Amino acid sequence: MSDNKIVQITGKAIVIPGDDIDTDRIIPARFLKEITFTNLGKYPFFDERFDVELKEKPHPFNDPSCQDARILLVNKNFGCGSSREHAPQSLNRWGIDAIVGESFAEIFASNCITLGIPAVTVSSERIRAFQAATLKDVNLIWTVNLENSTVSSAKASAELHMPEHHKNTLRKGLWDSTSLLLENEDRVRQLYDQLPYTSNYGS
Amino acid sequence: MAVGTLYNKIWNKHTVCQLQTGQHQLFIGLHLIHEVTSPQACDMLRERGLPVLFPDRTVATVDHIIPTTDQSRPYRDAQAEAMAQALHDNTDEFKIRYFGVGSAEQGIVHVMGPEQGMVHPGMTVACGDSHTSTHGAFGTLAFGIGTTQVGDVLATQCLSMDPLKVRKVQIDGNLQTGVFAKDVILHVIRKLGVKGGIGYAYEYCGSTIEAMTMEERMTVCNMSIEGGARIGYVNPDSTTYAYLEGRPYAPSGEAWTRALQYWETIKSDQEARYDDEIQINAEQVAPHVTWGINPGQSVGIDESLPDPTLLPDGERQTAELAYRHMNLKPGQSMNGVKIDVVFIGSCTNSRIEDLRAAATVAKGQKVPGHVRAIVVPGSRQVATQSESEGLHEVFIDAGFEWREPGCSMCLAMNPDRLEGNEISASTSNRNFIGRQGSPNGRTLLMSPQMAAAAAVNGQVTDVRSFAH
Repeated sequence: MSDNKIVQITGKAIVIPGDDIDTDRIIPARFLKEITFTNLGKYPFFDERFDVELKEKPHPFNDPSCQDARILLVNKNFGCGSSREHAPQSLNRWGIDAIVGESFAEIFASNCITLGIPAVTVSSERIRAFQAATLKDVNLIWTVNLENSTVSSAKASAELHMPEHHKNTLRKGLWDSTSLLLENEDRVRQLYDQLPYTSNYGS
Repeated sequence: MAVGTLYNKIWNKHTVCQLQTGQHQLFIGLHLIHEVTSPQACDMLRERGLPVLFPDRTVATVDHIIPTTDQSRPYRDAQAEAMAQALHDNTDEFKIRYFGVGSAEQGIVHVMGPEQGMVHPGMTVACGDSHTSTHGAFGTLAFGIGTTQVGDVLATQCLSMDPLKVRKVQIDGNLQTGVFAKDVILHVIRKLGVKGGIGYAYEYCGSTIEAMTMEERMTVCNMSIEGGARIGYVNPDSTTYAYLEGRPYAPSGEAWTRALQYWETIKSDQEARYDDEIQINAEQVAPHVTWGINPGQSVGIDESLPDPTLLPDGERQTAELAYRHMNLKPGQSMNGVKIDVVFIGSCTNSRIEDLRAAATVAKGQKVPGHVRAIVVPGSRQVATQSESEGLHEVFIDAGFEWREPGCSMCLAMNPDRLEGNEISASTSNRNFIGRQGSPNGRTLLMSPQMAAAAAVNGQVTDVRSFAH
């Protein structure tokens, strides 16, 4: 799985300011009716980007100068709400490869790990500085580096936070959970046999 | 670190091993799937040539995309039809038990599982839906998961997880008349915040929780995720056992006796240690209504709306956005706010006790002409029970529409939705912008009785002012 290694993401950033940006804002539920994830790159923040007649509204994701951004800068509790993996999938398929924020909702963060998207945190003061720097110069290049645990650009930098083992999981390319879990099938079968409810409570 | 809690005990019993990533491989005892978050997972299995490891540990139903009027196939919405067909085909191919439309068991996944007696104390439960926390009411660890993880559970019956901290949320006191589990959990989320639970499992305990029925406990646990807690649970007790006894998938005979003994062992110990403990007095909790765009933005019906300038930075911005979106003003009361739509349903509040409570308010009243009010039972079983008690007639006589079971207007993945900037009194769990299907739509979360009172008065009403 060596080509799964995620050590460093470098690119332009895009700012979505505000706390508690929920999954319904990231991708409205009506776009969850597609039975594959293939088209989801079209939909992030759809209702904030388009009016009811599908005319574009001013939004960072519509801004021509942001179209090649790879790093999303957000605030607290980003991705709260639904468990829909469609949320990180849609951001990722639009072009986002790393998310830097103050904090993330639990299930959203766990979905990001599963997809190999680093969702890292920095202090409140730093993220505000990062957002301000990017809004001032949209062409500013940022690097999220999991090796030396930093988020940096020519204008600002900070130590990034992410549980050490999550960092390692991404760096070593071990984020394909299915493959890892499959390795222990014998032990899973053993545990299955031991659990009371799988045998009608020990009949 | 928490020690001796139900969380610790179930976690330990279900840990297969620690993975090389440092995460834990956790066995999942019951996997519930529905049409929206499973098709891509089944594709993944096919792509990798993997079977479902234990097909008997997964149960499927259809709820999110189905219409609640005419439920006959094919659905008019081609995407919904394709999704329903995919679930049918996938469950057939992978030999998974499926309760489709037309079966006596079909319903919202978090209503169906418990009422069938599938959810037992001491289990781990997973489902590709954040409101899986509902099942914690039975003394389980119940995780909402993403679609890749749905694939993990199908292929391996396991999840790769990090342990959570445990917060004891002790709620004491008798609830006032007209105050329900919904009000309690809205109050808790308001107190602890929508991000207060990040990294925690919530253990709900105390005299208020002990006095609750299982359906009330499910309402509380259901909204744990709205407070940022991925899971919430209640230790099992005689109320839990009485609910389970005799249900189709509950143990019976000698197995029931053995199960009871086992379930008693998985409760949190008296001397258990927690990572955090908080106390909440429920005596003074009034009926709650949300006024904003997240479930933490609520007030007691007799309070005025908060001044955003007095709130901390992040909250102030969210509050200002909320006031703009909702077209409400600081200092005003929610009492008397005119509503356009009433939705009684969802995995939070669509069970028989919810509908009975709403019916006591609706009985003999009339929904004004400008209000569209719908009652959507959570499952076929709830619908059948309601109809046998005549509840549907109470609602219909009062001018409500009586619908077929499904998720309906909670998230509007089906024909039920708000139009334009309509404002709804809703018993569901989320008031996010656009949640009920219209980007400008507005949602006021409340209990089933409060929603029924709003319906018959055409405006938000303190249900305590209703003479029962």
